[in-house]
Amino acid sequence: MKLRKLAKMAIENRIEHSFVIKGKDFGNAGNVSTKIKDLLKEIGIPPSIIRRVAIATYEAEMNVVMYANHGTLNFALTPQKIEIVVDDRGPGIEDIELAMQEGYSTATEEMREMGFGAGMGLPNIKKNSDEFEITSEVNKGTKLRIVIYLDSKNE
Amino acid sequence: MNRKIKKMTLREIKDLLKCEVITGDDNLDLEVLSGGGCDLMSDVLAFGKPGMLLLTGLTNAQSVRTADIVDIKAIIYVRGKRPDKEGIELAKKKGIPLLTTKLMMFEACGILYSAGLPGVNEAEKIS
Repeated sequence: MKLRKLAKMAIENRIEHSFVIKGKDFGNAGNVSTKIKDLLKEIGIPPSIIRRVAIATYEAEMNVVMYANHGTLNFALTPQKIEIVVDDRGPGIEDIELAMQEGYSTATEEMREMGFGAGMGLPNIKKNSDEFEITSEVNKGTKLRIVIYLDSKNE
Repeated sequence: MNRKIKKMTLREIKDLLKCEVITGDDNLDLEVLSGGGCDLMSDVLAFGKPGMLLLTGLTNAQSVRTADIVDIKAIIYVRGKRPDKEGIELAKKKGIPLLTTKLMMFEACGILYSAGLPGVNEAEKIS
């Protein structure tokens, strides 16, 4: 990150960064979440908060890798909260209510071999978030907005 | 059922399960708070707890990646399995010891459970 950009962020009390997630790139799956986790650790965010952010971003990142062609993850940290927006170009979700049910999955055999596709992803993201929004359009893509407050007691 | 539960060091666990250490030989005094057996990483992400030991048969790098995300202390691969090269490299970088045992999942979990290692929910009750 450029120094000028960092200085601007410090003045505005906001750290933000945009990450690219490549679809079907299983070799790098999880890289973005690991980077965010390391960053939060370095800043000194409480471990219970880091864990929730890490789980939510990892699940969201895996969803993009497994189902979409391409996605971005926008991360923003302010003194009050962490906001993560994941936006992908992909098949979208036809029935969001169904996708939010634990155990419902459309995962392929390949995804299951990787240890994923138990139908726990979206419900688990919601469980770890203080605010959670999902919108989707079939054949276009899916967008998630996740907010975790730094002072939240949600376990 | 009243059983005595306790934290365990990786060294104790290694001896009980006759493990071979893949990486993290210098870190065997590490203590694990609880244990769990699971091949499904989605479930590990949903039910895993910090400080736990993961027993798994899943050998790709996602096993290590998932462990790091959930703050799992160490991984034991069962049925004599070994993680792939990517997984080992990531574990070295993250300081997560990896061990392997010839035992089956059921046997390995049973031995640790009998020796007093609590399951994740059990461990939470005492802490």
